[in-house]
This record gives sequence, structure tokens and C-alpha cells, in this order.
Amino acid sequence: MTELPGETTRKLGLVIDLDTCVGCHACVISCKGWNTENYGAPLSDQDAYGEEPTGTFLNRVHSYEVQPDIGPAQLIHFPKSCLHCEDAPCVTVCPTGASYKRVEDGIVLVNETDCIGCGLCAWACPYGAREMDGAEKVMKKCTLCVDRIYNENLPEEDREPACVRTCPAGARYFGDFADPESNVSRLTRERGGIELMPEQGTRPVNRYLPPRAKDRMAETQTPQLESVGADLPGFLGWLDRALDRL
Amino acid sequence: MNPAASVIAFTSLSGLGFGLLFWLGLGFPAVTGWVAFVFFALAYLLSVGGLLASTFHLGHPERAFKAFTQWKTSWLSREAWTSVATLLVMAAFGAGLVFAGIALAPIGWLGAALSLLTVFTTSMIYSQLRTVPRWHQPLTPVLFLSLSLSGGALLAGMTSVAPWLLVVAGVIQCLHWWRGDQALASSGTTLATATGLGEIGTVRSFEPPHTGGNYLTREMIYVVGRKHARKLRVIALLLMVFLPAVLLLLPFSHALAALAVISHLTGVITSRWLFFAEAEHVVGLYYGKRT
Ligand code: SF4
Ligand code: SF4
Repeated sequence: MTELPGETTRKLGLVIDLDTCVGCHACVISCKGWNTENYGAPLSDQDAYGEEPTGTFLNRVHSYEVQPDIGPAQLIHFPKSCLHCEDAPCVTVCPTGASYKRVEDGIVLVNETDCIGCGLCAWACPYGAREMDGAEKVMKKCTLCVDRIYNENLPEEDREPACVRTCPAGARYFGDFADPESNVSRLTRERGGIELMPEQGTRPVNRYLPPRAKDRMAETQTPQLESVGADLPGFLGWLDRALDRL
Repeated sequence: MNPAASVIAFTSLSGLGFGLLFWLGLGFPAVTGWVAFVFFALAYLLSVGGLLASTFHLGHPERAFKAFTQWKTSWLSREAWTSVATLLVMAAFGAGLVFAGIALAPIGWLGAALSLLTVFTTSMIYSQLRTVPRWHQPLTPVLFLSLSLSGGALLAGMTSVAPWLLVVAGVIQCLHWWRGDQALASSGTTLATATGLGEIGTVRSFEPPHTGGNYLTREMIYVVGRKHARKLRVIALLLMVFLPAVLLLLPFSHALAALAVISHLTGVITSRWLFFAEAEHVVGLYYGKRT
């Protein structure tokens, strides 16, 4: 049913540390790798080796330049996937009940055998977290690796989303936001985790940790070199004047 | 947003068809027998044709019946119900007129009310989306309803009221464009709120996630043709409102009436194309496309 649960028992989600992410796109690849061969339809590519390659991804990394009032610009890599919103507009618009939010852990999923591929849920998501697969014509989105996190066939350390498991920089954390003492709740508290587009009223679960304040480069730089004046002494001065006269 | 031909055809044609059904349900024109059959056939061709066109837009049309299940939350599901209910009720009313020559007035009124409700549910599919500020305004349902009512009156041959309804629809269309042009800016959603990085400084998209396009850029970040928007708005108004209204005020002839209908339909399609092509989805901010 596309009615949202009033409250979910747990609120599983991700914390993404924008201070640490190096923009390597490893999470993008591991996500595609895991999800193309597990839950639901594969993540297809079209014209993969041709002129206009395109394909389905559940996680994509943007890069933004932020120019503070003082100091140099900063480059911030910005991975983006479904934020498993508490007031998920993508769920309530769905006419078939294919999109739903789980009561037990808050994960937002698509039941692909019910999806008619109308695309309305992708229109309703402000974050661009849903993509219609070009081959299967059903809606694909991040499942928070629901087929890993509870999977007892995997070794304990692999029971977390593929992106989190793979991130070489340790910029991604997975946990339960309903538990105030979980890793993700503490990180959000301590580092001032941000909510994306709060004005859209979606109440996203995932949080982004803003980059830490940077060192003030200007204060630690070597003093600028003395400017080379017009009246140089000695040979260089003579050369300068001679060249001027030419 | 990508102005898909199937969705433009659906909303334009079925809007007209349900508009005509509304007037027929109220007994305008009061027709029976073969003449009633022709009017009802036209209304059903438009409304059912539009609905069929909309299923072409689906990835899995064979599962379309599942769209009836979520009427509690989904406007698309509600539209499925109201449109089928309207078509059934109006079929009963039409059968009375065509075969028995009697007008079952209460059934007609019910059908008329359902016709408007159908157009309203269609408009709410767009108007509910906070992600598309241009659509997320109360004027969107008003626009759809006024176009449907005036186009229906035109098709029903109501030469006395149709010109004025067309003018009203034209005014609402202009207001919708005017409010729509400010909607994204006044929605408060910017690249700063989208990334949460506005606290640090001015945010600019430095590099997209990939060099090619994707479903999102094709479906929601459509920008082709915007540069002609002003001209197209004028063309839409002329064809949709001005020309048909003038043609209806001239001494009546079937040729002029047909011309008025064709002009109106072309104008509505132009307006609907703009409705989609000009709509800015906030996800475009992430791709640096909305500044
Ligand atoms: S991020 Fe988008 S797809 Fe995910 S729950 Fe929120 S609105 Fe739905
Ligand atoms: S595309 Fe599928 S999941 Fe999305 S709203 Fe339509 S039926 Fe529901």
C-alpha cells in the first residue's frame, strides 16, 4: 500500500561525510555491480560502447565548487542516492502500490512486478533518486542493499550496503537513525549532519556531514616576493634600462 | 519536463472529451437519436482516445489495471476511477437519449459532475508535485478545468457562452504563465538548499556525475525549445482563445465552427506542450541546469 507508515520501528539510512569523500566513484561502481545481479531487474546500459552511452545507476557522484566570501574555492564531491525519506512523496503518488516504505526498517522499495512504469514517482522525488530502467521499463532505486544487510549467507562484515563496504575513504556510514546512540545518530549530532532540501518537506533519513572548516591558507603562505623595482642596481639594472631604450 | 507526445495528446484530447461530456450531461445541446449518437461518439473518441494514448506512455501497459488500487493516496489512481466512472455513467445517460429518446436527467447531472472531477484529478497529478514549482500552484486545476469547460462548450455548439468561457480560460492561462515564471524562485529550493553547502559560500556545479545523459536529464531536465517560449505563448493564445472566439461571434456556419474547433485544439496542444517543456523540475539544480 502506498500509504506511508505513521512511524517505522527503525530508520535505516546512510551518513555521507562530504569532508572525507574523495570523489573516486567506487561506491557508484560497487552499487551497480551488486544491484545489477541481485534484487530485482538488472541495471541495464544502452549503447554502452557507442556514441551516446547511458544506463541505470542508483547512486551518482556530483562535484560542486563552493566559493566562500574569504579564501580559496573548495571542491566538494557529492554522492547522491535515495535518502529513504520519512514523508516520501514518491510512495504516495504511486497508483499501483508498487512503491512502499517498510514499517520495520523504513526502507523505501519498489515491487517491480506491480510497477507499470508510469514514472510518476521519479517526478515526485526532488533528489533524482529514481531511474526508469531502459530495458525492463520498471522503476529502479536504492534498496539500501536490503539483500545484503539481512543476508546470513554473507560474512558479518559484508552485511552492510555495497557502497559503504567499498568506500576506500571511509566516507559512508550505515546505521539506524531511530537509535540515538547509533553511529549515524552520533555522527549527525556531533558534526551537524545536514538534511537536503528541507523545504521540500520530504524529511529525508540520510544525512550529509558538511566539510570541516579549512585551514586559512593565506596566513600560512610564504610572504609574497618583493616586486622587482625599476631601479635595479648593477648589471641587471643596466640590461633592463638598455632593453627599455631599444 | 520532457513534453512526451502521448501525455500531451492524452491531457488535451481527454480534457476536451470530458468537457463535452459535462455539457451533454447537463442537456446542452438537448439532442436525441442519431444526433445524440454523433455527439456522444465524438466525446468518447476524444476521452477514450486520450486515455489510450496515456497508456502508451507506460512501461508496462499490460499491468495498467493495477493503477486502480491506490485511490486512497494517489491522484493517478483516482483519475483511473473517475474516468471509468464517468464513461460508464455517461454511457447509461447517452443510451437513454440515443435509443429511447429520453433524458434521464439525474444520471446526466451525475455524469457531468464526474466529468469535471475527472479533469480535476488529471490536473492534480501535476499540481500535487512540489518538485515542479511551475505546476505546484492552485491555478493548475483552474486552468485545466477552464480549458475543458470552454473547449467542451465549443464542441457542444454553445455559441453564446463558449466565446466568453474561452476568454476566461485565456485570462487564467496568462495568470498561470505569470505565476509560473516566478514559481521556481519563490519555492525557496536552490542549489544551496539542494546540497546544504550554502552555509560555506556560493555553490556552483563543477562536474556532473557522468559525461552522457541519463533518465533524469532526458525526462526532467528538458530544455529544448525554451527559447521560442514567448512566441509559442502568443500562438497558443491566438489559436486557443482568440480565433475560436471571433469565429463563434460571426454568423454561424458549420465550416466556421469546425475551423474554430481545429484552431482551439491546436492551441490547447501548443499550450500543453509549453506546460511540460517550460516546467522546471528541481532535480535540475543538482545538474547545474536551473540558474
Ligand atoms: S529520496 Fe526520492 S526516491 Fe528516495 S524516499 Fe525520498 S523521495 Fe523517495
Ligand atoms: S513507475 Fe512504478 S513504482 Fe513508480 S509510480 Fe509508477 S507504478 Fe509506482
